[in-house]
Amino acid sequence: MTMTPSERAGRLLGRTTRRRAAEAVVRTLIYAAGLLSIVILLAIAVFLFVEARKSIAEVGLGTMLTSTQWFPTGTPKIFGFLPLIIGSLMVTGVALVVFVPIGIGAAVFISEFSAGWFKEVMKSVIEFMAAVPSVVYGFLGVAILIPWVKATFGLTSGMTALTGGLVLGIMSLPTVISISEDALHAVPDALRQGSLALGNTRWQTIYKVVVPSASSGIFAGVMLGLGRAIGETMAVLMLTGNAAVIPTNVFESVRTMTGTIAAEMGEVVFGGLHYSVLFSVGLVLFGITFVINLAADLVLERQRKRWRR
Amino acid sequence: MVMSAVLEEVTAEAPFALSEPVRVDADRAEKVSGSFSLKDVSVAYGNETVIAGVNMLVPSRAVTALIGPSGCGKSTLLRCLNRMNDEIGNVRVGGTIALDGLDIYQKSIDPVDLRMRVGQVFQRPNPFPMSIYDNVAFGPRTQGVRKRDELDAIIEAALKDAALWDEVKNHLKKHAFELSGGQQQRLCIARALATKPEVLLMDEPASALDPISTQQIEDTIAELKDMVTIVIVTHNMQQAARISDQTAFMLRESMDQPAHLVEVGETKRMFTNPDDKRTESYITGRFG
Amino acid sequence: MSDRNRRARNARTVEVVMKVVTGACVALVIGAAMLILGKIVISGIPGISLEFLFSKPGMGMRAGGIFPIIVGTLMLVTLTAVLVLPLGIMAGIYLAEYAPKNVVTRIVRLSIANMAGVPSIVYGLFGLAVFVLLMQIGKSLLASALTLTCLTLPVIITSTEEALRQIPSDLRQAALALGATRWRAIYKVILPAAAPGIVTGSILGLSRAAGETAPILVTGAAFFLPKLPDSVYSQYMSLPYHLYVLATQVPNVPPEITWGTAFVLVAGVSIVSMIAGAWRSVQRRKVKW
Repeated sequence: MTMTPSERAGRLLGRTTRRRAAEAVVRTLIYAAGLLSIVILLAIAVFLFVEARKSIAEVGLGTMLTSTQWFPTGTPKIFGFLPLIIGSLMVTGVALVVFVPIGIGAAVFISEFSAGWFKEVMKSVIEFMAAVPSVVYGFLGVAILIPWVKATFGLTSGMTALTGGLVLGIMSLPTVISISEDALHAVPDALRQGSLALGNTRWQTIYKVVVPSASSGIFAGVMLGLGRAIGETMAVLMLTGNAAVIPTNVFESVRTMTGTIAAEMGEVVFGGLHYSVLFSVGLVLFGITFVINLAADLVLERQRKRWRR
Repeated sequence: MVMSAVLEEVTAEAPFALSEPVRVDADRAEKVSGSFSLKDVSVAYGNETVIAGVNMLVPSRAVTALIGPSGCGKSTLLRCLNRMNDEIGNVRVGGTIALDGLDIYQKSIDPVDLRMRVGQVFQRPNPFPMSIYDNVAFGPRTQGVRKRDELDAIIEAALKDAALWDEVKNHLKKHAFELSGGQQQRLCIARALATKPEVLLMDEPASALDPISTQQIEDTIAELKDMVTIVIVTHNMQQAARISDQTAFMLRESMDQPAHLVEVGETKRMFTNPDDKRTESYITGRFG
Repeated sequence: MSDRNRRARNARTVEVVMKVVTGACVALVIGAAMLILGKIVISGIPGISLEFLFSKPGMGMRAGGIFPIIVGTLMLVTLTAVLVLPLGIMAGIYLAEYAPKNVVTRIVRLSIANMAGVPSIVYGLFGLAVFVLLMQIGKSLLASALTLTCLTLPVIITSTEEALRQIPSDLRQAALALGATRWRAIYKVILPAAAPGIVTGSILGLSRAAGETAPILVTGAAFFLPKLPDSVYSQYMSLPYHLYVLATQVPNVPPEITWGTAFVLVAGVSIVSMIAGAWRSVQRRKVKW
């Protein structure tokens, strides 16, 4: 049973090299996996660019971004992104009008006015809404919202920027609510009590102290919701009618960047010009969401530092 | 002056010279296994030196208590002995710490090997979220013991040594979290003993426990000192006086200067007739 | 004095009004969720039968069931799980246990946050360019699973890291002090302790992946296939894409077939993720560190 130290040292020394080698292998694998996300993100950017190169060379990025017409299969072919970009922005704008006030209002109520059990209930509700696939939102929009929009506004078609935007707004709510609620929750109670002790009411405390303190987190939530709305594909594809014309109001049909890629990628010749143009659309989309997400992340990081200790 | 006198006295008893080449001398190591010698040990976090100039011997098969006010670096010093400070990063240890003559900070030493020989029991009981049996078996399994009967024997022995066997022998499959706090801490002692260490480091092992559990832990320590060298950090002066053979008093006199060892010596003498005024006031202050 | 009273009364009125207004926002959210759930359940249930679940579609998808579509979805999710779980869990371990506090780690975190925000159709483009065309896998289960792996990776990484961080460092210290190597401490002690959180996070992430349409649209999902996929290089049918097809591409589909498909998809995805979420909170309450 008992071992002399020298025996022990001898036994251990023999195991050391093998064990160190194994440990080094595992560490290498784990570091590789850790760095994988950088590699993938870079690869996405690189391959979007590689595939878009043909269209950038033959049509020109400037021309694509500024042309007002999208006729990918006409003669002559015209690849103007403006209708698509404006379509995306209009749908997203409608979504923003829906999810910003409702999302922030709901987050304030959940965080400041409600009891613990209600928070749990709302957590499940929000998890459910986040779990429903976008194609289901699209289908529900087709079944419920399109006829409603058509009848209510007396339109010839219910497939409009408004329809897509309303559904996108609902889809973005879980993101906005959960991140804003986190931000409100992170505000130290001492601040609330300090304000209440000065004779402020709950609401005065909320809008003078709590919301301003949480503003950066709420802003990040809105940005992430915005990113999700711009990048959303299936629901807008199913709901906006996909007319590639620059819209003048929200009751018209629009074609978004995401919808264009999804609808047309099935019909292009791989490696051809149209294929490459769709990658240019993807590149623009990637660029926009990248900037939005980066901004949101930097804001969130600053907030995290602020409340540390 | 007083300090250096104490040091001379202690170094005179040193069973080996600190300047000897750092290799295991088998014959000698067997006789004195589990003794530490610390020579001019310092610890720095980044640029801040928190401990400096510690010279002491930790005799084999005896209990050495580290005492001193909180924040004086007792735990930090303790964690140097099994190189747990390595895990924090940005910590530098200077001077020489030798286990049975072997410099534990030399390049060829893997801290993992060292920790099989120098076990540790923490301030809060921290059993793993698994069965009692698996908790104690963790160390032996790490060392490559696979045979069931061999494991059973080690576990029984360790639990007996930690005075927990009678309470749990029929419930070895029970989840460790179902034990009481005191039982959990004795389980942690058993877990550390199962690796058959030569030294057991204890960082305020009873500070989170009730008086009865504390008593049981102290009894266990008294039983164990024939088997392993024990170094214990404690805030409790009575505890140090009751259980230790040697006591070392550390002090950080201001935040601008590192902590140092004020006095080290036989516990009985330290508590009745300390050489240093600061030791005396600390001990009496704590007793009073 | 009366001025002050009036001010206080006004403030109280405002408070009540704002409570009502923000409460209305919550009511709207709950209303939307109830509408979604209620409509799908009420319209979907009549279409559900054993025959619907276990037979092939017929008559140009206007009759019959969705068996091959369910099977295709399950195969896709399983393959994705096999690919993404090891990578995601290892990356989570890296962030929680190994990552030094430096610029590289900061960039890794930024990348993960950004990956989570990349539109799913862009993952589709990436998968098409790299897996389908460049690596010549072709439109297939494998190409789609690789694409979904990239898409799901940030979710798995984030939930793994979060689950590992819940484990107190005491346990890590205890394992190391017993002479365990870093990896052994993680593998034998920390990972098992964090398993409930990791499993739940993984289920949540994979159920999201199961509902994705845009990335598989361009990497392998088939409009219609007469037989089940026989290898990872086959194309396949999948629930979300099938729902899209039924809802927009095929005229005159009986509503109970479309709603039944939607019901199966939502039930599969949301019930699984809600159970996983509930299980996690129960586990969290049960084990107090």
